[in-house]
Amino acid sequence: MAKKEIRKELKVSAIENGTVIDHIPSQNVFQVIRILNLAEYPNQLLLATNLESQKMGKKGIIKVSNKFFVPQEINKIALVAPSATLIIIRDFNVTEKKQVKIPGKVEKIVKCFNPNCITNNEEMETHFTVIDKKDLKLRCNYCEKITAKDNMVFI
Amino acid sequence: MRNKSLISINDFTPEEHIRILDLAEDFERQPTQRILEEFVVATLFFEPSTRTRLSFESAASRLGARLIGFSEPASTSLQKGESLRDTIRTISNYSDLIVMRHPREGSARFASEVSSVPIINAGDGTNQHPTQTLLDLYSIRKTQGKLDNLEIAFVGDLKYGRTVHSLVMAFCNYNTTFHFVSPEALKLPSSVKMHIKDKNLIYHQYTDFQAVVPKADIIYMTRIQKERFSDPLDYEKVKNSYILKKQMLEDAKPNLKILHPLPRVNEIAIDVDENPMAYYFTQALNGVFVRQALLASILGVVA
Repeated sequence: MAKKEIRKELKVSAIENGTVIDHIPSQNVFQVIRILNLAEYPNQLLLATNLESQKMGKKGIIKVSNKFFVPQEINKIALVAPSATLIIIRDFNVTEKKQVKIPGKVEKIVKCFNPNCITNNEEMETHFTVIDKKDLKLRCNYCEKITAKDNMVFI
Repeated sequence: MRNKSLISINDFTPEEHIRILDLAEDFERQPTQRILEEFVVATLFFEPSTRTRLSFESAASRLGARLIGFSEPASTSLQKGESLRDTIRTISNYSDLIVMRHPREGSARFASEVSSVPIINAGDGTNQHPTQTLLDLYSIRKTQGKLDNLEIAFVGDLKYGRTVHSLVMAFCNYNTTFHFVSPEALKLPSSVKMHIKDKNLIYHQYTDFQAVVPKADIIYMTRIQKERFSDPLDYEKVKNSYILKKQMLEDAKPNLKILHPLPRVNEIAIDVDENPMAYYFTQALNGVFVRQALLASILGVVA
């Protein structure tokens, strides 16, 4: 059993320092890359998708060398991949492991879906209150309309 | 409520709503009082609305306040591309309170964040129009003697009608039973229904108008606008289904009152006007007293 675990882990090489984003739903791996702008990331970036996972059937994993995400980035990950786990690696060792959490408030990272909302027509930041964490619904603090998972665009 | 902006109906607590209604009663008894002589009120109408603007200006004038502002954006620096942020910052230097109407949703909330004086939202796009809601509450309390346990029917465009959204939200505090009558395409949005569900209140949805009339204490009519339909044929199909006619009121409860935020086009037949159940013109007059109460309490002249 232990051997199998190790082999699975080795499908993607280890990183020396940085963050591993684990337990990403397979279909969201590239979305996570997009919202975090990792396509332009200059350091080592390892990714795998459709890996077997006991917990989720199939999962994706992204390993980002020399990167420790700030809360705003972690919130973005939580919005597209609420199942994700963040593993902080220093000197090849796991120093911290945490489950991402959908925040109560979402600031600056999501665009309001309503084209007539003032946030889409004035130079300003967006603010939302999360009113449904399960189905992911955000109420805009300005226009009071609801941006949901299927019409969510990241800034 | 001193210095507090009124953007969304829920910015004020139910107790504060009641306080405004009580104050409005005082102003109805004595509408002319020169208690705001030292204040300048700005009315900024980035989108024309003669009725709402005149109601505010009448309210402010009867209390002796000075008025500045504009009634359409064409004559202002907005035409030159000035941001809302800059307009509000500048005018908040010139006035003690800003009343604003703007075509974009959320504009009034944003204005309240950048303004140094309180803002009263007189309509932000399809979102909120809280002073209309308060005058509706006032009209309903006055005609029914209470706000609790009423059966209220909303008819017409419930999707885009912001007066409906705000009034539904306000009535979620009063154990109301809601009846929503609209064409399929113009049903109440789920974001508003959520407020009803949160309070575990009962609501019914109908496409047939007549069935609802005998149940209602209040019928709140709205206009169905042609431009809301992507297919003009869909509009033609429903346009005559939501018109209130005199004979429909035969089975109505004796206490029924008919409200409408006005302007009306054809959704209430003219022959209803003479029926004592028609209340929409008095409702508009009540708006002046409610706005007097708001101006006076936000400017801190009454508590």
